[in-house]
Parts: sequence; C-alpha cells; structure tokens
Amino acid sequence: MTEKDYGAIFLEELIRVAPDIEAADVSPEDHIQDDLELDSMDVLNLVTALHERLGIDIPEKDYPEISTPARAAAYLERAV
Amino acid sequence: MPSLGADMEAGTLVEWSVKPGDTVKRGDIVAVVETQKGAIEIETFEEGIVAELKAELGRELPVGAPLAVILKQGEEAILEAGSEKPHVEPPAPPQAEKPTHTAAPAPALASAPLASPAARVRAHELGIDLATLAGSGPGGVIVLGDVEGTVAPREPKTKKQKSSGSPFEEMRKAIAAAMTRSKQTIPHFYLSETIDVEAAIRFLEARNATLSPDRRMLLGALFVRATALAAAKVPVMNGHYTDEEGFKPSKIVNPGIAVALRGGGLVAPALMDVATMTLEDTMSGMRDLVARARAGRLRSSEMTMGTITISSLGETGAEEMTGVIFPPQVALVGLGAPHLRPWVVDGEVVPRHVVTLTVSADHRVSDGRQVARFIAAFEDAVQSPEGL
Repeated sequence: MTEKDYGAIFLEELIRVAPDIEAADVSPEDHIQDDLELDSMDVLNLVTALHERLGIDIPEKDYPEISTPARAAAYLERAV
Repeated sequence: MPSLGADMEAGTLVEWSVKPGDTVKRGDIVAVVETQKGAIEIETFEEGIVAELKAELGRELPVGAPLAVILKQGEEAILEAGSEKPHVEPPAPPQAEKPTHTAAPAPALASAPLASPAARVRAHELGIDLATLAGSGPGGVIVLGDVEGTVAPREPKTKKQKSSGSPFEEMRKAIAAAMTRSKQTIPHFYLSETIDVEAAIRFLEARNATLSPDRRMLLGALFVRATALAAAKVPVMNGHYTDEEGFKPSKIVNPGIAVALRGGGLVAPALMDVATMTLEDTMSGMRDLVARARAGRLRSSEMTMGTITISSLGETGAEEMTGVIFPPQVALVGLGAPHLRPWVVDGEVVPRHVVTLTVSADHRVSDGRQVARFIAAFEDAVQSPEGL
C-alpha cells in the first residue's frame, strides 16, 4: 500500500469515529483536534480502529504523529 | 410520552420496538422517540404484556400522552370485564381500570395547577398566574403553548408548532430552556481547587504503554470515578431537587457526562451506579456512552437518571470552567484541561500538571463546608489513582 492508500484508510476511520464530519470537508492539513474537534475519546477510538484494521498499534507518545491526515498517512506507511 | 429532560414539551414517536402480545420487563426498550436532543430509545419501567399500542408513528405527542398499555399479570381479567372509562380522553378507546402506561407517573400535586416545567418558567417570565389558564395537555396539564396562547386546545399539532429549525437550532433551544431555568431557579454557588494530577497522568502513561488501544484509559475516566466516590461520601451533592418534594438524595451515583457535539450543542447522558464499578468498567461505559451520543442513540434512563454532572474540557483547552447545574440535579463538577505549572512540593518548586476543579452547587441543598468535603474526597481519589 502507498502513503495515499493509508491516507484514504485514515480518513475512512476518522469519519466512522466522527460521523458528523463530511469527508469532502477534510483537508490533509486539518488538525484532528483543533480543526476537526475530535476529543480525547474520539482520538482513542480512532487509534483503536486503526489498530484493528491495520494491526498498527500507535503508542500514546506517537499520537502527535497522526495529528493531521497528511502526517498520519506518512506515519502509517512508515509504521508497517 | 415520558419527559426526557426538564425542558421537554413533546416528542415524536418514530419507531416501535415491541408489538401487542410481547412480554416486557423493566429496562426493555419499547420505542424510539425523536426529541430536540436527537433520537432516544424509550425504556419501560413496567413488567407485563403489551396490550395495545396507542400512539401513532410520526405523531408529535405532548409529554404525558399515553404511548402504549402494558398489563401486569392478573390485569387481563379487568380489561375483558370492560370496566368503566376513567375520564374523557377523545381518541382513546375504553380503558382498563388501571392500565400501566410507559409514561412517567403524574406529578403528585394537591393545590398548584398542573403545568409543564417550561410552561411554569414562561408563565413566571410573563407574570401570568397559572391558575388563570386552562391546560390543553393530557389531563388538563398546562403546556408552554397555553401560556403563550399559541396553541388551540386539542387541535392536532401543526408543523408550525414544532418549529422547522435545523437539529442544531432545536438542540440550542433545548439547552437554552434548561440553562435559563437553571439560572432562574437554582441559587448557584461555587468552590474551586487546583489539583496536582501528575501522579494520575504518570499512572495512566505507565498503564497505557503496555496495553492495546482498546484497553487504554483516559484521565476523564479517573475524574468520573473520583466524582462518584466523592458524591457517595457527600450525599447532598447527589440527587434531584423539585419544587414539590424538595431535595431527594440518590442512593446510587449516576454521573451525567457532558459530551460536546460537533457543530454545537451538548448532551449529558448518565452512566449508572459508577460508585460500584471498577475503573476499567467506568472507562468502557464512557466509551459506549460517547459513541452512542455521537450516533444519536441514547436511552431514556440515561437522559433522566443522572444525579450529578461532570463537564470536562478534555486534555487540551482552557484552564478553568464554572458550569451551570443541569436541573433537577444539584451539583456540577467542572474540570479544566491539565496545564503544566510551577508547583510547590515538599518545599521545592517543581513543574507539575495541575487541573482546576470547580464545583457548582445548589445553595438550597448544600453549603460551602459540604462542597469542600466533596472536593477533598475528589482530590484524595485522584491523587491515589491505583486505588480507583
């Protein structure tokens, strides 16, 4: 999978955790907490979903690495 | 139609989860009702057999209107005997003598006219004596429309009555009504304390580093547990206050957890009996509650059985919050986000993460000394996280 594929998966899981966000409104540079208003419970649910789907266990200290869809895509590709 | 909040006037029945002949027990979901705060699953408080579904799907019904008849064991005979009709209720067919409605019990009032809370508040604002009004609600209850003189009695509701605003506008109105009522009727007072949460943060970091994401814990779960333990120790912070009955402390602690919704608005569904739960169960209960709040599938008991509310600003954000009590509760725990601050520990200034806790309390029920005891119990619990 390419970085782009990981970006698409991240966005899919993001929308599943926060069904009130429109995928079309999310830009790669949006901060998931500051711009998209995810709270800490949403972030944990997102990390849980990514773990279940990709088998990638993102430790708490790496949460800043997934703070935007663009950063997350790069991180997930590296983490495989 | 049960009341799902102090400010609720009516709800729209959107789904039946039972049919006549079904056996139900306390806590079963019988219907789904659309309210200003989203779709809510209605649980029954009765046990028995569903005899009749009275309410029509898609109809907006005032609080108190019968939804269905549930017969307890032994009540069938009474129905068959066709006993007398209790009172005029236009569209209703003859009823059994004691049908058990899923609706909340009628308020026990002797002298004061029966009126919905929103109607009382509006009448007070307009300076109208409720005794001069005729109620168009079920059993002659005065509803908001009667006070404002906009609803023709006994007319089916029109679209205009249920304003055509967006869900967010509707929720904003519900919040406005509840918060206005709170500030107009509850004499709030506030006590604050800044608490060192370094031990709690280190505890969670160490714990979560070894666990997969589905078992990780958030600081918020510690706060909810600490609130439950403190509320169990200081009963005047935990319960409901009504004009009719005054303060009724609750034996169990059901913390309402304020969940902010994107685009505006919030709900505060309750997690039941947290004082007897483990920290792990508290966390999974919160996860489930937040997920269902976002999906719009909360249950009626969660909307009405909260005994104290926790409003936390999360892990980033402002330092302090002074909240408004959610009636009929008598206390709200406001928690700011953790901030790194210079702190004196054992005579040395050291960097520490601290959280400012502000308790809003109802002065009709408690005094500063009791709230101070609550805060001390909360602080003790948070500072020994392994004991939570």
